[in-house]
Amino acid sequence: MKNLTAKKLRDQIASGQIKSLDAVRNIFERIEKYEPVIGAYISTFKEKALERASQVDKKISAGEPVGQLAGVPVAVKDNMCTTFGATTCASKILQNFHAPYNATVVEKLLAADAVIIGKTNMDEFAMGSSTENSGLKQTVNPWDTSRVPGGSSGGATASVAAGMCFAALGSDTGGSIRQPASFCGVVGLKPTYGRVSRYGLVAYGSSLDQIGPVTQTVEDAALMLNVIAGHDSSDSTSVSEAIAPVCDYLTKLNEPVDKLKIAVVPQFNAGADQQVQNALNEAIKVYKNLGAEIIEIEMPHLDYAIAAYYVIATAEASSNLARYDGVHYGHRTKDPQNYIEVYTKSRAEAFGQEVKRRIMLGTYALSSGYYDAYYLKALKVRNLIRGDFTNAFEKCDCVMMPVAPTTAFKIGEKVNDPLQMYLSDIYTIAANLAGIPGISIPCGFDDNELPVGLQILSPAFTEDKLLRIAGMYEKHTNWYEKKPPIAGYK
Amino acid sequence: MADLQYKIIVGLEIHVQLCTKSKMFCGCAVEFGAEPNSRVCPVCLGMPGSLPVMNKQAFEYAVMAGLALNCNIPMFTKWDRKSYYYPDLPKNYQISQYDLPLSENGYIEIPLESGQTKRIGIIRAHLEEDAGKNVHSSGNFSQVDLNRTGTPLLEIVTKPDMNSGAEVRALAVELQRLVRFLGVSEADMQKGHMRFEPNINLKITRNGTEYRTPIVEVKNLNSFRALERSVSYEAQRQLDEFLETGVVFGMGNKTTRGWDDEKEMTVLQREKEEAHDYRYFPDPDLVPVELTQEWLDEIKSRLCELPLKKQLRYVQEYKLSDYDAGVLTADRSTADFFDEAIKAGGEPKRVCNLLTQTGLKITKEKNCSINDLHISPKSVADLASMVENSTISASSAAAIFEAMVKTGRQPDILAQELNLVQKSDADELESIVDQVLAENAEAVADVTSGGKKEKKARGFLMGQVMQKTKGQANPKVVSEILAKKIG
Repeated sequence: MKNLTAKKLRDQIASGQIKSLDAVRNIFERIEKYEPVIGAYISTFKEKALERASQVDKKISAGEPVGQLAGVPVAVKDNMCTTFGATTCASKILQNFHAPYNATVVEKLLAADAVIIGKTNMDEFAMGSSTENSGLKQTVNPWDTSRVPGGSSGGATASVAAGMCFAALGSDTGGSIRQPASFCGVVGLKPTYGRVSRYGLVAYGSSLDQIGPVTQTVEDAALMLNVIAGHDSSDSTSVSEAIAPVCDYLTKLNEPVDKLKIAVVPQFNAGADQQVQNALNEAIKVYKNLGAEIIEIEMPHLDYAIAAYYVIATAEASSNLARYDGVHYGHRTKDPQNYIEVYTKSRAEAFGQEVKRRIMLGTYALSSGYYDAYYLKALKVRNLIRGDFTNAFEKCDCVMMPVAPTTAFKIGEKVNDPLQMYLSDIYTIAANLAGIPGISIPCGFDDNELPVGLQILSPAFTEDKLLRIAGMYEKHTNWYEKKPPIAGYK
Repeated sequence: MADLQYKIIVGLEIHVQLCTKSKMFCGCAVEFGAEPNSRVCPVCLGMPGSLPVMNKQAFEYAVMAGLALNCNIPMFTKWDRKSYYYPDLPKNYQISQYDLPLSENGYIEIPLESGQTKRIGIIRAHLEEDAGKNVHSSGNFSQVDLNRTGTPLLEIVTKPDMNSGAEVRALAVELQRLVRFLGVSEADMQKGHMRFEPNINLKITRNGTEYRTPIVEVKNLNSFRALERSVSYEAQRQLDEFLETGVVFGMGNKTTRGWDDEKEMTVLQREKEEAHDYRYFPDPDLVPVELTQEWLDEIKSRLCELPLKKQLRYVQEYKLSDYDAGVLTADRSTADFFDEAIKAGGEPKRVCNLLTQTGLKITKEKNCSINDLHISPKSVADLASMVENSTISASSAAAIFEAMVKTGRQPDILAQELNLVQKSDADELESIVDQVLAENAEAVADVTSGGKKEKKARGFLMGQVMQKTKGQANPKVVSEILAKKIG
């Protein structure tokens, strides 16, 4: 069962060949075995999951119609609100916070008959690139447990890589799905901003945050996107389907991409490790052999993406995180002398270093007298980067580049050097600034047997085509079949 | 003694609560007096992950008010976050509008006691969400009620164009009438639907030199009386302070004072306005609002003739008193009813008297609107005509009006049934007059002799006729007959 994809498992459950109850039991056996090493989960819901699985099984044996994820064990990142269990954002300030409502994506998973088995670890409030900023626990990379899984959705990607769930939902503000997906050798899709409802996703950088699937295959990513995509009247920034209709991403997946034109940005890629560049070049060769045309383009403003991102994201975060004040919910300091101390002490005690750093950066950027120089300037850069992509997509169907400059790095290697850590997002951030979709798919290994990812970026609301382009590669390679040795594979 | 003159300068910030059913950015009910924290949801509680969705009705109400305030309505407006920490503000930022408000550069005409009007400039009017309430009870803690959190507020900022407490009051009263007329706010002062913050200082001229006193903002006034008095008090206080210390504008920052309603004085709250940095930035959770011409036209079509204009028209066109015109235009339903009755052929002064003296007395007793009486403007117009052509007396009209409200029947039928139709038949009345004259020779003599008793005797004779006709004689006709018979 462990070698099944989510899609295959779903089909076998729906056809009665496999019981969802067995699939869930099997997953919890694996979690009990590997979780002590991997540390992917902040919470799991065994009882609830088993109960739900048998409900789905009952539906199937009664011949009732079932959803697209019928009986499939899935995990969600712990920054999506659930009425069951806590929603912690891996922060001490929300350690005991129980949300009174389900995020829209959680409702959609449940409506598709998925079995939510647990909530995965992350960098605190999704701020980080290694999951080392979790305030609650450490997650390691299943391919090499001395290394980070990437971040901030490191728990989700490690869980999928180690076979501790069949698929997961992550969130991506500056690369938080794609970068850990590449570090863990799984597929990670960040949809177009507005494609998936953010309602119930605890906000980090509201204009950048987007929920997306973490899966074993491109097909599974299409399946998950089918379930979670669409307009939500509770999220004003989710796009109306009159403007950008959703489609059946699974059915479309096998449609060929005619006259595929791929752009690469040589000057930009040169910053990546040689082995990462080699893997990228090999991948592009595969496309070339499949008949794609490769062109070289310039994207002059990408160099400023990180700077713009760390102004915009932190500015929004400084405001979004203001609500964690110890007054209404979450951690409150003991014995405050006055209400100001409720704020200052509660926040000082419960936020981690990186969260504090970003709140301070953002507060500074929005301060009177600095707004124009920082925030407004960053918005202008953001527009230039959008323009770079608009120009690029006039000449090509997609842009390909590395996901990250390196493969998974050692735990502790960058924690004391925030700027180095920020540079891990250099290739992923631009998609968030431009609001376009991006996917990371496995495209080989470096000399340390660590996975390398290929990033594909396409125009807004062309997830169907993006998935088809990614699927072409997957069909002609077998990287996705490789599993990390630790988790009982091989 | 020095030659000294001064002028009060006042600008107002006004918060008006819009009367939408639900809150500004969520579906919770806007309800006064509900059990604390019972009208809340994840959105207005600022729960992690929740997102605001704009209440379209609130936006349209705000645009209506902006149009009525003669403002420019930009086709593009957006939402901004205003950051400050306070326990009644669960997100620790307020969703408001900063540099692109939904309306700006307007004016409002206010009535002055002289009967003239004065134009007061409006700098801007924008939408924002209200905060909750901190409840300080005894003990070592405070409680927070978030029912009010997220209620739509229209913040209106005037130019410093007012020069007395009376003018400030007139603006407040006129604005209350305006928003009620538009139907965008109940503007109930007791429920805190209108809150005022005057900014006050003085322009003093002494020995030919001009001085300005430091600006004082008085916070959170919620009655017309407190508003007017605080302005007058503050003007005197600033004058005294200037004479004593010579402190002028620019020496130190704006100060904030509160109003002590019992002592009738302002009290210092913050000496130096803390250097607030609200760190405004566009709210990324909300999309900007882009008006289309079609949408704006649709909102415009909901506007009506505004109350002050209507009031002036009633005085000019119908020769009503300013007072009566003011009563008729105090709320829109009464004014609309009046307009309809005139259209149905009612004589304006008679209709006005029926409405102000009887109709509004009944609505006040029943605490309802004129429309809730379920009588038609046409029937009131008919009733007025019956008075006008002497079919009934003015006093009977009140009784018939009340009967109309009770029974819902037409005035002419009711007049018959209640025996209130006047006798105007000269022949019939003449024989009754003859009878009365014959029976009261003494009174007749008093009249004809023309002495001191004449007036009283005439009244007596009229009364006798009325008694014999059970009050149904048309007094005008009786007077004529009496004049003919006994001069």
